[in-house]
Amino acid sequence: MNVLLSLNTLAGGLFLLTAFGTVATRQARGSLNLFIAQSFLLASSALLLGIEYRSEHLYGVAAVNVVAKIILIPWILRRTLHEEVYTRREIDQVMNIPSSLLAALVLTFAAFFMTGPLQQALAPQFRGTNIPVGFAVLLLGAFTLAVRREAVPLLIGLLAMENGAFFAGISLARTMPLLVELAIATDGLIVVFIAGVLIRAVHQHIGTTEIGALTRLREVSAAVEEEVA
Amino acid sequence: MTVVILLVLPLAAAAISGLPWWRAGLAATIASSVGAFALSIAIAGDVLRTGAVEAIPKWIAVDGLTALMLLLIAFVAAMSALFSWGYMSRTVHEPARMRIYFANFNLFVFSMLAVPVFVEPTLVWITVELTTVCSALLVSFENTHEALEAAWKYVVLSLMGAGVALLGFLVLFAAMQAAGGGDYTWDGLVAAAPRMHGVLLATAFALVLVGLGTKVGLAPMHTWLPDAHSQAPSPVCALLSGVETITVLYVILRLVPVLSGAHDSNVKTWTTVFGLLSAGVAAFLLLQVRDYKRMFAFSTVEHMGIILLAAGLGTASARYGALYQAMTHALTKSFCFFAAGVALLVVGTREIASVRGLIRTSPVAGATLLIGALAIAGAPPFGIFLSEFSIFRAGLAEGRYWTMGALVLFVVIAFFGILLQVNRMVFGEGSGDAPVAPIPRTCYAALACSGALVIAFGFYLPQPLDRLLRLGALALGR
Repeated sequence: MNVLLSLNTLAGGLFLLTAFGTVATRQARGSLNLFIAQSFLLASSALLLGIEYRSEHLYGVAAVNVVAKIILIPWILRRTLHEEVYTRREIDQVMNIPSSLLAALVLTFAAFFMTGPLQQALAPQFRGTNIPVGFAVLLLGAFTLAVRREAVPLLIGLLAMENGAFFAGISLARTMPLLVELAIATDGLIVVFIAGVLIRAVHQHIGTTEIGALTRLREVSAAVEEEVA
Repeated sequence: MTVVILLVLPLAAAAISGLPWWRAGLAATIASSVGAFALSIAIAGDVLRTGAVEAIPKWIAVDGLTALMLLLIAFVAAMSALFSWGYMSRTVHEPARMRIYFANFNLFVFSMLAVPVFVEPTLVWITVELTTVCSALLVSFENTHEALEAAWKYVVLSLMGAGVALLGFLVLFAAMQAAGGGDYTWDGLVAAAPRMHGVLLATAFALVLVGLGTKVGLAPMHTWLPDAHSQAPSPVCALLSGVETITVLYVILRLVPVLSGAHDSNVKTWTTVFGLLSAGVAAFLLLQVRDYKRMFAFSTVEHMGIILLAAGLGTASARYGALYQAMTHALTKSFCFFAAGVALLVVGTREIASVRGLIRTSPVAGATLLIGALAIAGAPPFGIFLSEFSIFRAGLAEGRYWTMGALVLFVVIAFFGILLQVNRMVFGEGSGDAPVAPIPRTCYAALACSGALVIAFGFYLPQPLDRLLRLGALALGR
């Protein structure tokens, strides 16, 4: 085990920790900062693996990540969303913090367990912390989407899922053409922009940023509401 | 080269739609979508003559399956553009919002046409994600509470699925590298499949099936679909339900021959489970809908299940049936949403219980809704009856009696679910003399064009189209 790979393992551990952070943070601005830290760790991991395996392609991934996720995405979010959205704290919780952290822990174990056979099937130089950690962060992002209600933390959950997929990807698919990488990053920017426009429209027309709490569209309740009205 | 022009057309129309005169945008939208349909016919002709067309090696190529998808997308887009003309000028009054609508409409059509054209799986993944972001603002277009909620659910669940699918495509890439490399294209994958490690391949397929299956609307990931497909403006619903779903399903189908190439393959189990589950869940949900646009949306979930099931069966005739069903679904479902849109214009409500005796208040709306419901439920003599029948026959020939028995049961339940509701709407006792809004002329035109095909395909399948379906089915097998 050389220094670079140990550093990469450290980055992996911290990367996983930021995902736990997004599950537990109540404040919108806090989750955005955690996402920036997470993207920084993803870029560092790509850089470390790039040096270790002498792959220019991974340097490209690191650079694209820094530009798109640390600079452009926070900038787009600040431009499209109202300041008020960031200072919101979540008041009603779907699940309290200790139990959601416990559930997150279970998901992490599940991810490590599930990727066991996958690691076995890969050649030794592709194995490593990146694959289980990436799967775990993908699951934690999905879990964040299930338990949060505020707009910005939900969006961060989505972006965390993509970060997780990439974290596994930099170990799995080291020679993917850079064109693809650039296209994916551009696409991420469009996603953030569209989500920002939607969040703003909800804020404008419905007057809430608790976008996950909208539940008017159901099979039966529509008719019941009609009768009540 | 034609393929590239096909992609540039809607982009140009989107740019023109951004100009300050909305009528220019409307004209450009209709011209470009009709042009795209003509080009897709030309491409299909080329493919029938030469087998496959390659525009940019390793990136863009057209085979039978791609040509079929392009044809369907371009046809429904052209009809939907025509329908939008009358429908949107009736429902929207601000020119600025018209411009936003047509710009988004063209971008959405572009993103759908791009999906089958690329052959590099990760680029295809990006185009699938683009279909979500380009259509999100169309779903939320009416800016009501319900529309915004539906759009948000649609975006979040589709993008969640996309994250899972991305990991799947990366694992697939790793599996290919581990098996000695080759071109990372659909054809390259099929060629390399027997050398790939079974575990990697199965993991990749499962991730892609669950991830993209969310966007296709396969049960149990279908929950967003009836919301989005009922809240969007009707011409957009026709695109979403008619072709967007099969465009994404197409990506999953491309992986079926890859997985069945691995030696201990369980592709049949995966497709059967998800296919039957979708058809079953949708059939029972169809019995209790209260909104007629949601009803057609649930029927989409059912059809996606049937197509997936058929594509995984494993014989050439079943694969042919799957594509046949995809084609009849695209034509019929878009027609259904046009009919639903006309009914909505006439009566002003989406609730089934408030619509009674539609055939008397508006004979055109009533008759088209009835034809659409009969056709989509699978009554003879319409195309879907023939395609479903060909799937049953293929399944029985393979000896899969239990699966086919369950499928027949679900199809019958769905049939009665749909017809019960529509029968009450069309023939029920109602007020009858409520004031009726006139139907715009272009809506008639769109209904007539797509309706003519819905009826004609029940009797007659043109020979070139039959050959294209056979050629497409080749791409789904090994």
